[in-house]
Amino acid sequence: MKQSLAVDLAGVRLASPVVAASGCAGTGRELAGLADVRRLGGLVTRSLTFEPSRGWPGPRVAETASGILTGVGLQNPGVREFVAEDLPRLVKAGFPIVASVAGASLQGYIRAASILRDESGFVALEVYLSAPDDENGGLPFYARIDRMAEVVGAVSRLSTVPVFAKLPALLPDLVPAARACVRAGAHGLTLIDAVPGMAVDVRRLRPRLGAVVGGLSGPAIRPIAVAAVFRVAQALPEVPIMGVGGIATAEDAVEFLLAGAWAVQVGTALIVNPSAPTEIAQGIAQYLKAKGLASPGDLRERLRLSGERATRGVSAS
Amino acid sequence: MRRVRAEILNARKLGAFQSITLVAPEIAERARPGQFVSVAMPEDRRFILRRHFSIHQASRRGGWAGTLEFVFDPQGPGTDWLAEAKAHQFLDVIGPLGKAFAYPRAPSNCLLVSESHGANSIFFLAQELRARGKRVDMVLGASGEGHVFKPIEAKRLSQTIVIVTADGSMGERGSVMDVVPKVAQSVGTEVIYAAGPRRMLRTVAEFCIEQRIPAQVAVEEEMACGTGLCFTCVVPVIRKDGSGYDNLRACTEGPVFNPARVFWDRWMSDETRAVPTPPEGFPPVVSSWPA
Repeated sequence: MKQSLAVDLAGVRLASPVVAASGCAGTGRELAGLADVRRLGGLVTRSLTFEPSRGWPGPRVAETASGILTGVGLQNPGVREFVAEDLPRLVKAGFPIVASVAGASLQGYIRAASILRDESGFVALEVYLSAPDDENGGLPFYARIDRMAEVVGAVSRLSTVPVFAKLPALLPDLVPAARACVRAGAHGLTLIDAVPGMAVDVRRLRPRLGAVVGGLSGPAIRPIAVAAVFRVAQALPEVPIMGVGGIATAEDAVEFLLAGAWAVQVGTALIVNPSAPTEIAQGIAQYLKAKGLASPGDLRERLRLSGERATRGVSAS
Repeated sequence: MRRVRAEILNARKLGAFQSITLVAPEIAERARPGQFVSVAMPEDRRFILRRHFSIHQASRRGGWAGTLEFVFDPQGPGTDWLAEAKAHQFLDVIGPLGKAFAYPRAPSNCLLVSESHGANSIFFLAQELRARGKRVDMVLGASGEGHVFKPIEAKRLSQTIVIVTADGSMGERGSVMDVVPKVAQSVGTEVIYAAGPRRMLRTVAEFCIEQRIPAQVAVEEEMACGTGLCFTCVVPVIRKDGSGYDNLRACTEGPVFNPARVFWDRWMSDETRAVPTPPEGFPPVVSSWPA
């Protein structure tokens, strides 16, 4: 059987299921010299806010067991500067671009999405929902389902391309939240965002990050991410999911695809190995061949579950 | 920059430090002082970031042509593993990375100041400056004798040299800034280069700004990717027009910076702050900009 790595996320077509995750691919310029970027299924930009953001002061990274803790604070040049400077270069590189949008208020998201509306060159938008909401006491947007739906709805109405809502894993009502985002207009979901984490320098009695609490990523969070993908995919099988969280090898990626993801994103692994997406894509192709399957999408319904387990997966939401 | 599988030619102890020489002609060919290499750690179940090392030596000619050397202080996971590496083992190396030191155009008296393994790039720089006919003087600082970086080599590379140790076990007792003003005056220093920890760089920077001596400093920021992807190793740098500052990546826009444009107060506060300041520019904050 002829294998193809192409995936179709209900209209968003990618030549490979392996996409570079938001905030881990620089400005698109850095990877070009290091890896075969033509093999990338796509690239999610760093999260773009309407106004430029300098992000958190340092230290911004702390290595922890099987992962890294980061607190960058969405440093980005602002959506207008991005469109003028980085976007043409990214488009020229030839892989599909997903623009990640963030804001500190509903208006912030709307203003950023409005700028992107006038641009071509994106295949989709991703809505980052972990930013602090100035209109809700600085709690993240994901803290309230209605607030998430409001933001996702506003961006979706403005967008001329499909919108993916990026959700954190540790919501007590993850499936209702996912459903609310889809009802509000999201075409698909990105699961999961980095997990809140903190590390302390016991020698100096200080937090190891300038941001104090940051986001944990890397293999440490992979099982959390697989579970989130599984729960949502069981409940919403028609909704395309991009699975992300600690994927470093092809086997890791296949776990997500079996759990119900339509594509995967690779973030932290890129920082360690710029060729990771290419290697993972090649490994997926080999796996498909060994299993006699034609495409990554064929993995989605292959997970062997007893009836009871499948039901429990859904009710656990 | 290139990514290569580089063979270790030589791994040896160097006082308290460890030195590794690699066969990496693709990198050695392009390397300039101030630049660094990124080395992958072993693949196992425990995920670990690449480690980054200033290039100490890159040979283009002679018996060592095509090799490059870096020297490091084994401290914790990663560098401890690397300290055990043996000749003929292969490492996954990316380099040369970062912005290099610039050389003065006119014949100049250059004072090179370093502390601990900051001396890595300073020695490489000394060689290149001398090859361009510049005078090189050195001030080498360290905590103690074991951490003084290749003192004999330093003497060979420089016109004059002063060694300063915190415990007085070698050379003068004190810190580099106890001797830099004296040395600069006596040898007629026109340009200063410095590499080392943040606090030491700041004191050198203040002296250079006050004395109007052009200077360049190479920062030692912890880096996660080393290639500009992750924006974690940033240094606050004042814009050319003075309208504010930007957080620039030490790995891409640095590690060499003009010390007159580093926003030292902001950068040093990263080390002392107890309570986090909120992310800047969210909305944009310019009020902390000094008048």
